[in-house]
Amino acid sequence: MTALSIKGLVKSFGGLRVTRGLNLEVAPGERHLIIGPNGAGKTTLFNQITGEITPDGGSISMFGTELMHVPSRRRTHLGLSRTYQIITLFPHDTLLHNVMLSLLGLDKLRWNPLKRFDAQRHLVDRAQAALDQVGLGDIAQRPLSETSYGERRRVEIAMALVQGPKVLLLDEPYAGLSIDERRDVQALLATIPRDVTIVMIEHNMDVALDFADRISVMYFGEVIVEGTRAEVVANPRTKEVYLGH
Amino acid sequence: MTGRLVALTIGAIVLLTVPLWMPGIYYVNVTSQILFYAIFALGLDVLAGYAGLTSLGHAALFGIASYATGYILGLGAGHTVAIIGAMVIGLISTAIFAALSLRATGIGFIMITLALGEILWGLAYRWISMTGGDNGISLHGRPAPFGIALSDANAFYYATLLVFVVSLAAAYIFIHSPFGAALRGTRDQPRRMNALGYHVWMIRFWAFMFSGLLTSISGILFVYYNQFISPPTLALTSSAEVLLMVIAGGAGSLFGPIVGAALVVIVKSIVSGFIERWNFLLGAIFVAIIIFMPDGLVPGTQRLLRRWRSAAKTAKAAKTRSAS
Repeated sequence: MTALSIKGLVKSFGGLRVTRGLNLEVAPGERHLIIGPNGAGKTTLFNQITGEITPDGGSISMFGTELMHVPSRRRTHLGLSRTYQIITLFPHDTLLHNVMLSLLGLDKLRWNPLKRFDAQRHLVDRAQAALDQVGLGDIAQRPLSETSYGERRRVEIAMALVQGPKVLLLDEPYAGLSIDERRDVQALLATIPRDVTIVMIEHNMDVALDFADRISVMYFGEVIVEGTRAEVVANPRTKEVYLGH
Repeated sequence: MTGRLVALTIGAIVLLTVPLWMPGIYYVNVTSQILFYAIFALGLDVLAGYAGLTSLGHAALFGIASYATGYILGLGAGHTVAIIGAMVIGLISTAIFAALSLRATGIGFIMITLALGEILWGLAYRWISMTGGDNGISLHGRPAPFGIALSDANAFYYATLLVFVVSLAAAYIFIHSPFGAALRGTRDQPRRMNALGYHVWMIRFWAFMFSGLLTSISGILFVYYNQFISPPTLALTSSAEVLLMVIAGGAGSLFGPIVGAALVVIVKSIVSGFIERWNFLLGAIFVAIIIFMPDGLVPGTQRLLRRWRSAAKTAKAAKTRSAS
């Protein structure tokens, strides 16, 4: 059984075809890298996998469960988590509160209007542990607005990981990071256990290529090359897309 | 004892002793008005401040509960039936309002609530057999729970105070609950909340229901206070007025709407006796608040206090350093 299977996915915005019969198979535990030039439709593909954009056709399944008609929020409950290219967190709240909100999203307690949120020990402890895991435990009580961009990126990853995903979609996790911050995030991603399947979009080849088991090259809404690092690098179409004729 | 606890204790003592030190019944009645308008503003604040959904039709929900109370009493029912009936009708109306208006957010939401409010305002004028049209509906007497006649101004004040305290406590618990945290999340990052597994629409719907509950409660208190309800209560100006209470006091804070309600009611009921152009004064106060404390009086004052404390601490530290 594949972790993520996408077949014949199509999507158009008016006359613009952004996804053209795209096929993608990701094995359980695999680290799959998606690369491609700007405008290739990589983030649009992620948005269709998570259900934030509804595809016009095709199929998306995760561990055998068809997702096409599953509401976006339900896909998270099925084990699909993601991070965003542009960090979208809760800047007025503390790091701990951010991660607790992530945990609460999968907890029935989220409908409870009577208990006190910050007194829920099981959420506090798990959120603190997640922040410890990404090296931010010491500043858990700091408002997010007082943290660096790299720290926010790690909070985002902690929020995704704490939900215990089966499939994790990382949209340019190294974007905007300094060399040191990039190294921190790289080390963090390396610690994610293999029972989490990871699909990552990334432009920074230095760090991304080392991470990936398999790589897909996207161009104008379709996967034009797929294979191991060596296969993709050696493929003339990859060079064509990146370097031109 | 923390500063907040001191302020709360002083506030509680002041409110509990209002009939003892107020110069006359008129002022006790004004305080009752402040309290039920504060409940109304608190209801709108749940939506506008904590859910980020600004309604311009809340006066319609307020008016529905008032009209329902008057109508049910007019049918010959007792006060208990009238109050429960008005609450149920208010909540059903809120559910319809929510189902229709939550199809949009931002400007779209504002416009739908405004349109719904205007429809009900028009109905209040034209559905004469039900609402009495321009003449409105008059009530004859207030309830007398446990033998305490609320026709007495002081008794009505204490009943209103009790309802106010319960409403404030309910709002506090609601806002600090997991649901309240989720609600604030949907205000700040709805897309992210959806991706985290939250049902954003449903969260907003239940917040709207809680807001409608508080609004209905205040509407019932209003009609018992005035013994009368007529179409202007449902007008857009009433919705705008309570929204101004929320914004002036501080949207997204629990005590902001209370301060906002006090400001508006005091200017309307007391200052207007001394200043003919009191509307001008109220407008000038709002403009000043928006310019100098754009987040409202309560959050703005808290911010100033924090700044002063921080400056005082820095000055003290500098003094200690120079002395050593």
